[in-house]
Amino acid sequence: MSQPKTLFDKIWDAHIVKQKEGHPDVFYIDRHFIHEVTSPQAFEGLRKRGVKVFNPARTTAVPDHNVPTIDQHLPIKEALSRHQVETLRKNTEEFGVTLYDLGHPYQGIVHIVGPELGLTLPGMTIVCGDSHTSTHGAFGTIAFGIGTSEVEQVLSTQCILQYRPKTMKIEINGKLGKGVVAKDIILYVISKISASGATGYFVEYAGDAIRNLSMEARMTICNMSIEMGARGGLIAPDQITFDYIKGRKFAPQGADYDKKVAEWKQLKTDEGAKYDEVLTFDAADIAPMITYGTNPGMGIKVTDRIPTAAELKDISEQTSFNKSLEYMGLEEGTQLLGKPVDYVFIGSCTNARIEDLRLVAEIVKGKKKAENVEVWVVPGSKQVEEQARKEGLDKIFEEAGFQLRQPGCSACLAMNEDKIPAGKYCISTSNRNFEGRQGPKSRTFLASPLSAAAAAITGKVTDVRSIV
Amino acid sequence: MAKEKFTTLKSQAVPLPIENIDTDQIIPARFLKATTRDGFGENLFRDWRFNNDDTPKDFVLNDKKYTGKILVAGKNFGCGSSREHAAWAIHDYGFRVVISSFFADIFKNNALNNATLPVTVSEDFLKKTFAAIEKNPATVITVDLENQKVSLEDGTSESFDINAYKKTCLANGYDDIDYLLSLREEIKQFEIAR
Repeated sequence: MSQPKTLFDKIWDAHIVKQKEGHPDVFYIDRHFIHEVTSPQAFEGLRKRGVKVFNPARTTAVPDHNVPTIDQHLPIKEALSRHQVETLRKNTEEFGVTLYDLGHPYQGIVHIVGPELGLTLPGMTIVCGDSHTSTHGAFGTIAFGIGTSEVEQVLSTQCILQYRPKTMKIEINGKLGKGVVAKDIILYVISKISASGATGYFVEYAGDAIRNLSMEARMTICNMSIEMGARGGLIAPDQITFDYIKGRKFAPQGADYDKKVAEWKQLKTDEGAKYDEVLTFDAADIAPMITYGTNPGMGIKVTDRIPTAAELKDISEQTSFNKSLEYMGLEEGTQLLGKPVDYVFIGSCTNARIEDLRLVAEIVKGKKKAENVEVWVVPGSKQVEEQARKEGLDKIFEEAGFQLRQPGCSACLAMNEDKIPAGKYCISTSNRNFEGRQGPKSRTFLASPLSAAAAAITGKVTDVRSIV
Repeated sequence: MAKEKFTTLKSQAVPLPIENIDTDQIIPARFLKATTRDGFGENLFRDWRFNNDDTPKDFVLNDKKYTGKILVAGKNFGCGSSREHAAWAIHDYGFRVVISSFFADIFKNNALNNATLPVTVSEDFLKKTFAAIEKNPATVITVDLENQKVSLEDGTSESFDINAYKKTCLANGYDDIDYLLSLREEIKQFEIAR
């Protein structure tokens, strides 16, 4: 019998083109996604070298980071942003790469588009010049973010040079409590192991609390793997995965699909396979979470108080901790519950899928937003937007006084005009609370779509369990 | 395409004793709109360096006593977004080495792909390095790639790890893409056999 292997190792080994002592592996990439921000310099590199794209059918392009979320049918107002999107158009045309441009029914945030089109399939290796590529790991893929030099490597050779990371299993067992969703699970894990707790590792999420999640929820978990430093995170595919994929535009159809499902069923970690690290959590310990600081590891249960500097495990972290609270305008040892917020952002590759919008609609149906808040709902893709309209969610949002916008990364990174003003507090379903992330001097509280919806109604940080 | 070669660097250093410095701080998203690799140094640590009205803030890069080609930073440097623009900004500003006790994975790769050496040292050595710069901002740090050794002026030194392949690339100015392009035929065969 051969050595038992982890799922990660099975997929990795199947994609090694060449291995040499002291060298990184020449690693084959099945699916490459590109967007307007991290690809122009890579195409420029191809031009300088006089090289064609190795296999254009394996790359898909979509503008998302730097696009407006209103009036997408009009030319982009801001010259630099317009130029960047036009450059993507020009490059994809010149090099024969498929582009889902603004206005196309498949346009959206790259990590939402791939799965919903069936471009993301179990067992694949997937890269994109974006750290949240880890999202695709929910399908049992090795998916991770890369830099632009690596984008150029993939375009020119369909390979990149990679060292095999270590493996970590994060097992979550038990039943989730009321008001607790996938976002809370991952914010909880990151708060326990810190923003660098999984650096150097590729994570496999396991346990019955993960198995019981929908694909949308699994994507939320894998999406934020990078926020604890992990290269990526994956979940073994199962019937929930196969059902999600069935019938999607570019997924295998009919007999091909059945044959593929039989193969995908082999994609799991063998009994007795060893991980470099194993962490176990109890789902019952998880509550609705919120971050108070300026990295995603600075999270607490919404009913807890912010720690004090003296309570930190590592004294050397005090300077950074104090700097962070000063930026956020918060006091150590105080509660966030009841703190007024100015903006609510429901969007991003973490939480802008149809299921997320449904969660929000459930809370706000028949209610109105608080007067002190502005609420932006930015769907993850045209398909999500269309589905939301079909289900009448747009009406619920409209009646609540929310703005339903057009798809894009929007205020998650505030590259476009969707910026939270200086000093203002935003409760956000996105993935990063870094200084200035949502606009210069903006202040971010990361939370789940349920908690964001609750705050939209009350106008302050709220325990969602108290209003349902 | 050949890049500059890295041998031994002797330089003053700029101290940034803050942990978890993410790539949004190194280069904020609103400066990622360029379509070339040039000029990002101007906006390195933009929001820590300048107020909204472009007046300089009280920040180490605005303090004339600190200069040099080495940046020394707290642990988990370069976390967050994969934007290579962060590595371009650091290189364009003039840094060739970043010393920290811990680097985020993607940043480390991006730096190495841009003729910038990330040097991982122990927490203890990092503390000593900050202390040496605090005591004398003109102190010179030596980073010797060949012998994988970083030394302070008082003779304190520590060895650092770098994989053999990347070391060769940095020392000779080699580029990953040149290497991969030489394998195109092998890759084609692999693709067909799948």
